[in-house]
Amino acid sequence: MPVNTSAIGKTFAPGTYVVGREKVREYAEAVGETNPLYLDPAAARAAGYADVIAPPMFAVVFISRTMTPTLFDPEVGMNFALMVHGGQSFTWERPIVAGEEITTHVSVKDIHEKDGKGFYIYETVSKDEQGETVVTAEWTFLVRGV
Amino acid sequence: MAIEAGQPIDELKVTPDRFLPIRYAGASGDFNPIHTDKEYATMVGLPSTILHGLWSMAQVARALTDNAGGPEQVQGLSVQFRGMGFPEKEITVSGTTTSVEDGVATVELVAEQDGNAIIRNAVGTVSVG
Repeated sequence: MPVNTSAIGKTFAPGTYVVGREKVREYAEAVGETNPLYLDPAAARAAGYADVIAPPMFAVVFISRTMTPTLFDPEVGMNFALMVHGGQSFTWERPIVAGEEITTHVSVKDIHEKDGKGFYIYETVSKDEQGETVVTAEWTFLVRGV
Repeated sequence: MAIEAGQPIDELKVTPDRFLPIRYAGASGDFNPIHTDKEYATMVGLPSTILHGLWSMAQVARALTDNAGGPEQVQGLSVQFRGMGFPEKEITVSGTTTSVEDGVATVELVAEQDGNAIIRNAVGTVSVG
C-alpha cells in the first residue's frame, strides 16, 4: 500500500517555550554536560551572556513540546507502532540564553516510500522574540512495512 | 589541537547508568515507555529498555562541542540512528576532521557500544580560527 502523501507541506500552529535556567541545568546534567556556561550564571555573565546558555541539543526540549503532538495528526497518518526515529539534523545560528522565549514552527517537508518503508520528514524552525531564526531542524521518521 | 584536517578528535567515553533514561525522560519530555519500562519494552519485542536516540546524539554533540572549544563554535550536526543503545554499557564517540575550509571544519563522528554503531554517518560543522 503506498504512503499517503497528501500532508506534504502541511503546517501546524506554532508553539512558544520560555527557556528556564533550572531546566537547562536539569537537561545539561542528564546528558553529562559540565561546561559552566550551562550551569553557572556568573560564568555565563563573565562570557557576555545575560544568563546561562543552553547546550545546542537542548533544542529538542522546546521543539518536541510543539512538534510531538503533530506526529499524531490523522492526515499525516503515521503508524506509530511501527515507527522509528531514523535521522536527525540541527543547524544552530547562536546559543540560546535562559529567559528567552522561543517560538517553533512545524511543517511536513516530505513523505515518500523507499524499500518498503515510509519516510516522514518534518522540518522545524525555531525563532527568537525578534523573529530571527535560532535553530532549524529536520526530523526523519521511518515506518516499516507500509 | 583537537580540530585539525585529517586528524582524529579526542574521544568521549560515557557509561549511562541504569536510571539515566528516567532522568533523561524527565529532562527532555520524551516519556516513551520503551526507554523506562522493561515490561513494556519486552512486550513490544525489544530485548530490554533502550536509550533515547536523542540522548545518544547529545553525546555526539558533546564530543563535537568539547573538541571545538565550546557551544558558540558549533554550527550543525546531522546523524542517523541505527541499532539500539542500552544502559550500563560504555559508549565511545570518536571522529575525524575531514576538512577545514573558510573557517569551518567538517567532522565525521560515530557512537559505538559493544562494537555496534548506534549513531552513524554523523557529520558536524564547527567554526575554527
